Amino acid sequence: MADDRPDYRQSVTIRWLAAFGRFWWEFLIGDTPELFVGVVAVLGVLAVICLRPGLRTAAAFLAPMLVAGVLTTSVWRAVRSRSS
Amino acid sequence: MLLATTARTGDVVLVIAVFLASAVEMVEALTIVLAVGITRGWRSAFEGVAAALAALAVLVVAFGPALVHYVPLSVLRLVVGGLLLVFGLQWLRKAVLRASGLKAKHDEDAIFAEQVAELSEAPPASGRDPTAFTVAFKGVFLEGLEVVVVVITLGSTSSPSRLGLAAAAAAAAVVVVTVVGVVVHRQLSGVPENAMKMGVGLMLVSFGTFWAAEGVNVSWPGSDLAIPVLVAFYGLVVWVLVAALRRSTDEGPASGLAPTGEPAHG
Repeated sequence: MADDRPDYRQSVTIRWLAAFGRFWWEFLIGDTPELFVGVVAVLGVLAVICLRPGLRTAAAFLAPMLVAGVLTTSVWRAVRSRSS
Repeated sequence: MLLATTARTGDVVLVIAVFLASAVEMVEALTIVLAVGITRGWRSAFEGVAAALAALAVLVVAFGPALVHYVPLSVLRLVVGGLLLVFGLQWLRKAVLRASGLKAKHDEDAIFAEQVAELSEAPPASGRDPTAFTVAFKGVFLEGLEVVVVVITLGSTSSPSRLGLAAAAAAAAVVVVTVVGVVVHRQLSGVPENAMKMGVGLMLVSFGTFWAAEGVNVSWPGSDLAIPVLVAFYGLVVWVLVAALRRSTDEGPASGLAPTGEPAHG
C-alpha cells in the first residue's frame, strides 16, 4: 500500500525532481560543458548582431562559422586531454 | 513553386535525420533486448519493451501537441534549435574522434557479451522475471527517450508542424531495425553505426543552426534551402577535422596523439 504521509510524498517529489535535473544535466552538459557554453555564446552574439535589421542576412553566414568554431574547440580540447 | 520545393527539401532532410537518429538508438536498445531475451527468456523481455514503448508514446502525445499549440514558434525554434545544436555537436564530436581513431568505436558485440555475462549472474526467476523486465524496460526507455527528443524537437519546430511525419519516420526506423535485428540476430556490430551517427550529427547541427538562428531573427537566404547547404558545410568541416587528426595520429607518438582505449559506450 502506498504511503501517503506528507514527508514521504515530499521526498518522492524531491527525488523525482533531482533525477529529472540530473537527466537534463547529463543530456546537455555531461563531460562536454564547452559545447553548451559555446552554443549559448554563439546564440548571444547572433542575437546582438540581429538587433540591427540590416545585419540579419550577414548573420546567416556568420552562424555556421561560429558553430564550426565551437566544434573545433571541443575536438581540440579532447585531443589535448588525451595527449597530456 | 519555390515554396513547395523548399518545403519538400526540408521534409526530406527531416525524415532522413529522424530515421537515422532513431535507427542508431534502436540498434543500441535491440542489443540490450536480445541479450535479455536470450539469457533470461523472451516473455519478460517483451513485457519490458512494451511497457517502455507505451511510456514513450505517452510522452510524445503529452508534450508534442502541447508544445506546438501553446509555445510561440520563435521561442520554440530558439530553445529547440539550441537543444539540437548541443545534442548534435555532442554526436559529431564523438563521431570525429572515432573516425580519426582517437576513441574506440561503439562495439555492439562487446556490449552484448557484457550484458549476457551480467544477466547470467542474476538468480533465475520462476514466472515473471523482474530482472529481465527492468533491464529491457530501461534499455528501450533510455535509448527511446533520445528518439522522442529528436521527434518532438524536429517535428514541432517545422511550420506547419511535421510531428506526424517525424513520428512516422521514427516508427519506420524501429520496424526496420527490429526486422534486421531478428534476421541478423547477434550481428548488430555489422551496422555502420559511426557513419550513421556522423550523418545524424550533421543533420541535427544543421537543423539546430537553422532554427536557433531563426529564433534570434537571423534571415536565411533561400529559406529552407539553406538547410542542405548547412549540411554540406558542416560535412566539409568534419572531413577536414578527421583528416587533420588522422594525419596527427599517423605521425606517431611524437605528436602525442596515440589512440586510447576509452570505453566504447554512448
